[in-house]
Amino acid sequence: MSNQEFALLAHLMRRAGFGATRDELEAYAEQGYTATVDELLNPGDPEVMPDDIIRRYHVDQSELRQLDGAGANWLYRMITTKCPLEEKIALFWHGLFATGYSKLNQARALLNQIDMFRNHGLGRFDNLLVELSKDPAMLLWLDNTDNHNGAINENYGRELLELFSMGIGNYTEDDIKECSRAFTGWTLGNAEYMAVRASKDSIWPYSRIAWHFQYRDWDHDEGEKTFLGETGNFNGEDIIGIIARQQATARFVSTRLFQFFAADEVDGDGEQVIEAMMQSYFDSSYEIRAVLRTLFLSDYFMSEEARYARVKGPVELLVGAIRQAGSYRAPTLGVHQLAYQGFFMGQGLLQPPSVEGWHEGMEWIDSGSLVERVNFVAHELSNLDKPGVRAIIDRLAAENGGVLTPEQLVDECLDLLGPVAVEDDTRTALVDFAAAGGGALNLSGHQPGDAAEQRVSNVLRVIASTREYQLA
Amino acid sequence: MVSQRDKKLVVIQLSGGNDCLDTVVPYSNGLYYDFRPTVHIAPDAVLPINDHFGFHPSMGAIKNLWDEGKVAIINGTGYPNPNRSHFRSLDIWHTAEPAKIGTEGWLGRVIRELDPKSENVLTGINFGRGLPRALGLRGVPVASVGNLDTYGLFPDLQDEALKQSALATFTKMYGGAAGRDVVFDYLGQTGADVLKGADILRRAPAQYASTVNYPDNPVAHNLKAIAQVLLADIGTRIYYTTHASFDTHSGELPTHAQLWEHVDSAVGSFMDDLKLHNRLDDTVIYIFSEFGRRVKDNGSGSDHGSGGVAFVIGDSIRGGMYGEYPSLEEKDQLEGDLHFNNDFRCTYATLLEQWMGLESAPIVNGRFEQFDFLKPAAA
Repeated sequence: MSNQEFALLAHLMRRAGFGATRDELEAYAEQGYTATVDELLNPGDPEVMPDDIIRRYHVDQSELRQLDGAGANWLYRMITTKCPLEEKIALFWHGLFATGYSKLNQARALLNQIDMFRNHGLGRFDNLLVELSKDPAMLLWLDNTDNHNGAINENYGRELLELFSMGIGNYTEDDIKECSRAFTGWTLGNAEYMAVRASKDSIWPYSRIAWHFQYRDWDHDEGEKTFLGETGNFNGEDIIGIIARQQATARFVSTRLFQFFAADEVDGDGEQVIEAMMQSYFDSSYEIRAVLRTLFLSDYFMSEEARYARVKGPVELLVGAIRQAGSYRAPTLGVHQLAYQGFFMGQGLLQPPSVEGWHEGMEWIDSGSLVERVNFVAHELSNLDKPGVRAIIDRLAAENGGVLTPEQLVDECLDLLGPVAVEDDTRTALVDFAAAGGGALNLSGHQPGDAAEQRVSNVLRVIASTREYQLA
Repeated sequence: MVSQRDKKLVVIQLSGGNDCLDTVVPYSNGLYYDFRPTVHIAPDAVLPINDHFGFHPSMGAIKNLWDEGKVAIINGTGYPNPNRSHFRSLDIWHTAEPAKIGTEGWLGRVIRELDPKSENVLTGINFGRGLPRALGLRGVPVASVGNLDTYGLFPDLQDEALKQSALATFTKMYGGAAGRDVVFDYLGQTGADVLKGADILRRAPAQYASTVNYPDNPVAHNLKAIAQVLLADIGTRIYYTTHASFDTHSGELPTHAQLWEHVDSAVGSFMDDLKLHNRLDDTVIYIFSEFGRRVKDNGSGSDHGSGGVAFVIGDSIRGGMYGEYPSLEEKDQLEGDLHFNNDFRCTYATLLEQWMGLESAPIVNGRFEQFDFLKPAAA
C-alpha cells in the first residue's frame, strides 16, 4: 500500500468521519477509495452500545434530559461508531439547523432531533426539511408553537428560508409571511399539558414528559398563498417542495456541505465542484448522499488542494484524537468530562450559541481555545497507556528491529498519526526535538513506560501540538 | 486618584441561582418565616444590616465590609419575563439581551472597547475552565486560566527540562512556514499570543508576596490568582470567576451556608490583600447570580425563582441598600416568586459609565437608569 493511498484515505476519513487509525486505514485500503466512500455513504450497523447497556454502565450518559449527560451520550456514539459519516452528517445538520438546550431545557428532545438527522441526514433534502418542521425541539426553538392561523409567528418561516435552505436575498418579506402561514397548525400535541406542568415544576419548567408533533387542521390557515411566485392553498409540505426545487437551495446546500466536508473557503476550483454537486442534487431528486458522493469523488477533493483546507472543529478534534488513541472504549465515567471539554474548546454539543450555529473555520481559534485544543490532544496522544498509542509503539518496534534515527522516528510518527503532512519548518523543529532526546532510538526489548517509549510519547505530544494537526 | 485606565472590574458569578431570601434575610418579616418553615435563617442568627434585614451568618467578612461602608446591596434585581432555566437566564445576564438570543457577551464588548486592537491578550481573563458567554465575542481574545501556576501549554508535563524543550519546539514550529496561507499564519500568531500570555501570567505568582492567607476553597484560589495578576500590573482590566452550585433544591441550609462561607472568606481575603498592597482604590467587585429562588421552600431546599440580589464591593462604593427589597405579600409575587424592580442592566450601566468610563448603551443594548452607588470621586 503506497503512502499516497493512505494519505488520501486518511484525508477522506478526517472529513467523512473522525480520522482513522492505521489498522482502520489498512482495512479501508483493502477495498479501495470508491468502495470506502460508498460504505460511508450507506451506513449499516454502527455497532454502538445499546441504550440498555449504556444505562447500566454509563450512568453519566443516562440522564438524557440534561445537557451534559446527553452531550456525553452523543460524543460516546461518535467515538465508538462503525459508521462515522452517520454521526458526521448529524453534526453537520446540528450546526446548520442549530437548536439549543438553553431554550428547551430538555435535552432528550435534542437527542431525538440528532437521531432524526442520522435517519434522514443523507436522504432527500425535502424529506429532511419536512422532518425538521415537525421536530418538537425545532417547533419550540423557533416558536412555531406560537404560529397560529390569523396570528402568525414568523420565526420559523424566516429561518427556514434564510438559514436552513436558500439564504438571504432569494425571497421577499412577503414570502416569509406566506411561508409562515403555511406552517400554521404545525405544533406540539401536548403543549398545554406541559404548560400546566411547567407552572408547578421549577426544576423542569417544561416538565418530564416527551413532546410530540401534532397537526391541528383547525389552526391551519387554509387560505390561498403566493410563495416564490407560485400560488395555491399551500401547506408546509408544499412550501418545502417549492423550496427544494430552487436553484438557490441547491447552491446553499451544496456550498454548506462543501465548506463542512471539503474546505472552509470556496475558491474558483471549489466553485466548479459546487456546480457539480448542485447538478447531482437535482439529478438525484435532492439526495444529500448523491451530492456528497459527487464531492468525495471529485478531482478537487482527492487532490492535494483540499488537504488541510479546514480547521478542525472542536468536536472533530476531540473525537478524532480519542478515536486515534483508542480510549474511552470500555465503560468509564470520563465521557462526561469530555462533553465539558468541548465547551472549553468552544463547541458544546446540543448548545450552539444561536440559531446561526457555530462560526467555523478560523473562528474556532483564539488564544483561549488554542490552549485547550493543544493541551487536550497532546495529552491524549502522548499517553502510553492508551491502546492506540501502544499500537503505534508496536508498529515502530517492528520496523528496522526497533532502531530509529530521530528523522525516522519523526517521519514514522507523522505517518502513523495520519499520515500528517507537515511543512519543512515544522519537520525540522520536530527532528531537532527528537534528536535532543538522544541519538538513535532503540525500542528493542521495550517495556511499557520505559525511557525508549517515553521518547516516542514526547514526539507524539509535540506532533499533536502542531498547527497541521489542528487542521483537517 | 486612580486614572480611568487603571480601573478594574472583578465579576463573581454565583451559578445555580443564589437564594436571595437567605442571603439578605428579611428577619423582621413574619411572611418570610411563614413561607419558609424549614429553609430560613433565624432572627438571632443573622448578621444585622438594620432592624429589618441581616446577612446570612456565613457572610461575616462582607458584613465587616458593609460596616466600613464598602458594600452596595442591589435588591430586587432581574429582568422582564423572568426565565427560570439556568442556561437561558445566564445567557440573558451574559449577553444583556432578555428578549432574543444574544450572541455577544457584555464583557466581551467591554474588552473590545478597552482594547480595540487586541494589543493586550490579557485585557480580560476568566479564572476557571472554558469561557463564560459574558466574555465571549468574536475576535476578542480572552484567556481562561484554570490554574495560574500551570497555565499555558503542556501543563501535564512534570519534567521542567522536557517542558521547556517542548515549548521551544512549539515556538519554532508556530513561527515557521511564514506566508503559507492566512489560516496557517493566524494559527502561528495565536500560538505566539498563547506563549506570550502564558509567559506574562507565569511571572505573576512569582512576583507576588503577601501576608494574607486565603482559605482553601475553589473561589478563594481563583480570587488569589486574580490578586496575583492584578498586582502584577499587566494591564488586565476584567477579571471573571464562577462559584457553584447555588442550585439548592434540597439540603439547602448546610449547602448554602458553606457556599457563602467560601465566597465570603474569599472576598474578605481578597480585599485584605488589596488593602495590604494599597490597591483598594482601583478595583470593584460585582457579585451576581442568574436568579433568586422561590418564596416558599420545598421542605428541604427551594426551587428556581426570579428576582435576585447582587453586590458591588469596593472602596469606591457608597455602601447601602439599592433597589427595593421585593414584597413577600402573596399578591405581589410573580407566580410564587419575587418581583424584580430594577433591571440588571441598570447595574451594568452604572459600572460601565461611572466606573469604567465607557458608554453603556451599545454594551447593554439600550439606556438604563443608573444607580448612585459609586462615590462621585470615583468617576
